Amino acid sequence: MRECRLADLIRGAALLVALLSLGVTLWSGLAERGTALAFGVLVLVGELTRWTGEHVREAAPLGAAGALSYALLGENAGHTGHHSVFQVVAVVLGAALLGSVPHIACGRGPTLDHLARRVLTVFFAAVCFQPLYGEGAFRGWVGPAYALLLVALLVLTALCGAVLAAAPPHCRTRWPFGPLLREELRGLVGIGPAVCATGAVMALAVAVVGLWALPVLALPLLLAQLSLRRYAAVRDTYRQTIASLARATEVAGYTPAGHARRVAALSRAVGRELGLTEPELTVLEHAALMHDIGQLSLVDPVPAGATADLPAEEQRRIALLGGAVVRQSGVGTEVAVVVERQADPCPEQPLPARIVRAVNAYDEKARHAGPGGPLTALEELRLAPADDYAPEVVEALARVLARESLPSPVTG
Amino acid sequence: MEAVPLRARAYVACAVLAALVCLLPLPATHAPWWVVALLAALYAGCKRLAPRQLAGPFYPVLLAAVFLLPPPAAACVPLPGALLARTGQRPEALRRLWRAAQLALAVWAAARTHWELGGRDAVVASDFPYALLPAAVAVLVFCLVLSALDGGVRALTERVGALRASRELFARSLAPVAVHGLAGLMMAVLWRSRYGPVAALLVLLPMYVTWWAYAQYHRERAAHQATIRALVQAVDIKDGYTRGHSERVGQASVLIARELGMADERVEVLRFAGILHDVGKLGVPTRLLRKDGPLTPEERRVIELHPEYGHEMVRGISFLDEARAAILHHHERLDGSGYPYGLSGGQIPECARVVAVADAFDAMTSTRSYRRARPVGAALAELERCAGAQFDPRMVTALTRAVDRHGWRPSVTADPAPPPPRTPATPPVPPPAADDQDDRTPQHSQHPQPPHPASPGPEAESEAEAGSEPGRRRARR
Repeated sequence: MRECRLADLIRGAALLVALLSLGVTLWSGLAERGTALAFGVLVLVGELTRWTGEHVREAAPLGAAGALSYALLGENAGHTGHHSVFQVVAVVLGAALLGSVPHIACGRGPTLDHLARRVLTVFFAAVCFQPLYGEGAFRGWVGPAYALLLVALLVLTALCGAVLAAAPPHCRTRWPFGPLLREELRGLVGIGPAVCATGAVMALAVAVVGLWALPVLALPLLLAQLSLRRYAAVRDTYRQTIASLARATEVAGYTPAGHARRVAALSRAVGRELGLTEPELTVLEHAALMHDIGQLSLVDPVPAGATADLPAEEQRRIALLGGAVVRQSGVGTEVAVVVERQADPCPEQPLPARIVRAVNAYDEKARHAGPGGPLTALEELRLAPADDYAPEVVEALARVLARESLPSPVTG
Repeated sequence: MEAVPLRARAYVACAVLAALVCLLPLPATHAPWWVVALLAALYAGCKRLAPRQLAGPFYPVLLAAVFLLPPPAAACVPLPGALLARTGQRPEALRRLWRAAQLALAVWAAARTHWELGGRDAVVASDFPYALLPAAVAVLVFCLVLSALDGGVRALTERVGALRASRELFARSLAPVAVHGLAGLMMAVLWRSRYGPVAALLVLLPMYVTWWAYAQYHRERAAHQATIRALVQAVDIKDGYTRGHSERVGQASVLIARELGMADERVEVLRFAGILHDVGKLGVPTRLLRKDGPLTPEERRVIELHPEYGHEMVRGISFLDEARAAILHHHERLDGSGYPYGLSGGQIPECARVVAVADAFDAMTSTRSYRRARPVGAALAELERCAGAQFDPRMVTALTRAVDRHGWRPSVTADPAPPPPRTPATPPVPPPAADDQDDRTPQHSQHPQPPHPASPGPEAESEAEAGSEPGRRRARR
């Protein structure tokens, strides 16, 4: 269980840093209280306005940017600052804890991993910057070069943050670390640069105009946070709508309860195993959710929704009908293509369609096979004619099943 | 908008002239020209990168120019961007010219104000908080000039009051422009600081993300609406008789909700409730929905399951919350004889009562394959007759008032053909086929108020409940 030690290591390190910082700060007292207070309030506001959502990379961009800018703060309106690394961590931690109180009261607080990540990234940025700054190592970096230096430091910090973020899911799900890290890095592309840039700009602006820069810059970022939140909300709604569309076949009695959801979850896991990117996984998931939608156009239901045992022609016809519905639904052509081609012979199929086909067949067969169904179903997939199920997908499915306790069709 | 009125052309010409006058002192101006060029290129680049028209304007660069440059030089900054960016609407050249002149004028006026108030020195000396004051006034002027010019154009082309249009535009744009102004001010200050333009450009990143998120939000919302439409169209395809019915019920529900003075959010929820009220029919076998001829009691029971199916289907969509109750209960009757639960009176959720009335109204006023549409007046009279027993009188009154005020001209996006006229001035002549299909509907058209004392509201009931199932209506008779 080497992997799980990694997550424990991160938490332990964060706890150590936090305790050390709090201790040192309590012992030596706060330097430049006004500045500390201003940044503390900024982080606090950022944490208070954080949102919670399923697929949110950075829930509190304002808090993150404020914390990073405090870590990289050199001077304040021309006066050299004297705050230590430990003070930075202590102030950020205090504000973050205080800011999460209302969220915890509502029962949806930030997780421990989030806090640990925040503490460690801020510590990393501050350790990279403050000691060297204190010794005057950056005196040679004047003007624009200094700005670029800050940006470079923040990019390093963001990379470090991505490594830290990939660890908990890696430990929880035992997915390979590489793809998870790649996914985290890719996720940085959206809000990441904005957080980095704002962190750097805040540090620079405070150096030029003093603490007035904080509210002036916080407002635009608050707006960004608001737009992102609305975006996240509408994206959630959209996912729910797609799930409902997928459930239509179950309600209509065309497919057994939970089939679409199980196929979607398992397809996603198999797609991840085969190294699909996050956008590709989303397409795959939507397609898997809607793969049976064509059955709605049938005048009479297929018995138990078991399309995998129908003649190939019939399967293809239902797939085409489903593709037509999906094309109308605004979900995107990529999804429609996957739905349409799910019944084609596998050498001609795109990879997502192969996955949907194999996973769908597995779910249906495993349900029929009773106890021990999963193994029997896998065996059936392996023994099926060569053009039915792509061998690499079946093997990936077997690996996923061996590793996970995904909802099994028998119990779920 | 194809044919632009002459007055509007003259107005644009005046604006262009005024902008040129603002640019006249340019040769005599001492300005750092590379800054002008860089900012102009930045603005043009941002316009190019814009995720379509949805995202709204992007002013931080322009406002930074306002705070950095002398007025005539600042007025040059928007020109390349505005002249080169596609507007996507015709007439293309005139629109680009107008946009450039308008922005040049607004930027010039704001820069002039900023200059007069000594804002430039405050920016150079990074004299905070004083620098905020001229900046705030300049942003106000910028916003005022923009909305006044836009208001003028709208008054000339769309015949709305110039003052009202301007005021509306101003109120809407002030907050975003103010935020852009703060970013612009920070850009200007950092540009002048020892960190130089590199630091200033960093300010644009968070602004760009805001902008991007906004555009994504709109894109995703459009996709979401398309998905809802797909749900509804799936029902329409299955049912065969009810093309566009769902969307029209959504519109009628909105009419009623507005008339009752509901909050905007609730009105929106009711729109979805109306649109999705029959979504459960997806769960009813197509064979039953399309059955021609009498239904057995067993088959009727299956069809009557559709509210429960619909409720089950949309259970996972959290924003619909109240609408879910409407979907479940839109066939309940005030006297307790409806289904699925036989609720009565106040037990029926308010929104379900709204959708029930809207549903019955559209069922009566739209043409079905087995009978013709009834005039709006007759349908309203029929609803009023059944108010109390079947429908909530409050909703019926609200619908009557709303239709009186706004008329009933539903537009349906799902309709491939233009919708049949639903508001004939004279009662329609009954089509010959309708006589043997349904003897009561044409009779109603000819005699608007036939009393049916023996059966309280059988007509409206069959209209509302069986609206799309002629076979079932025949079975009841």
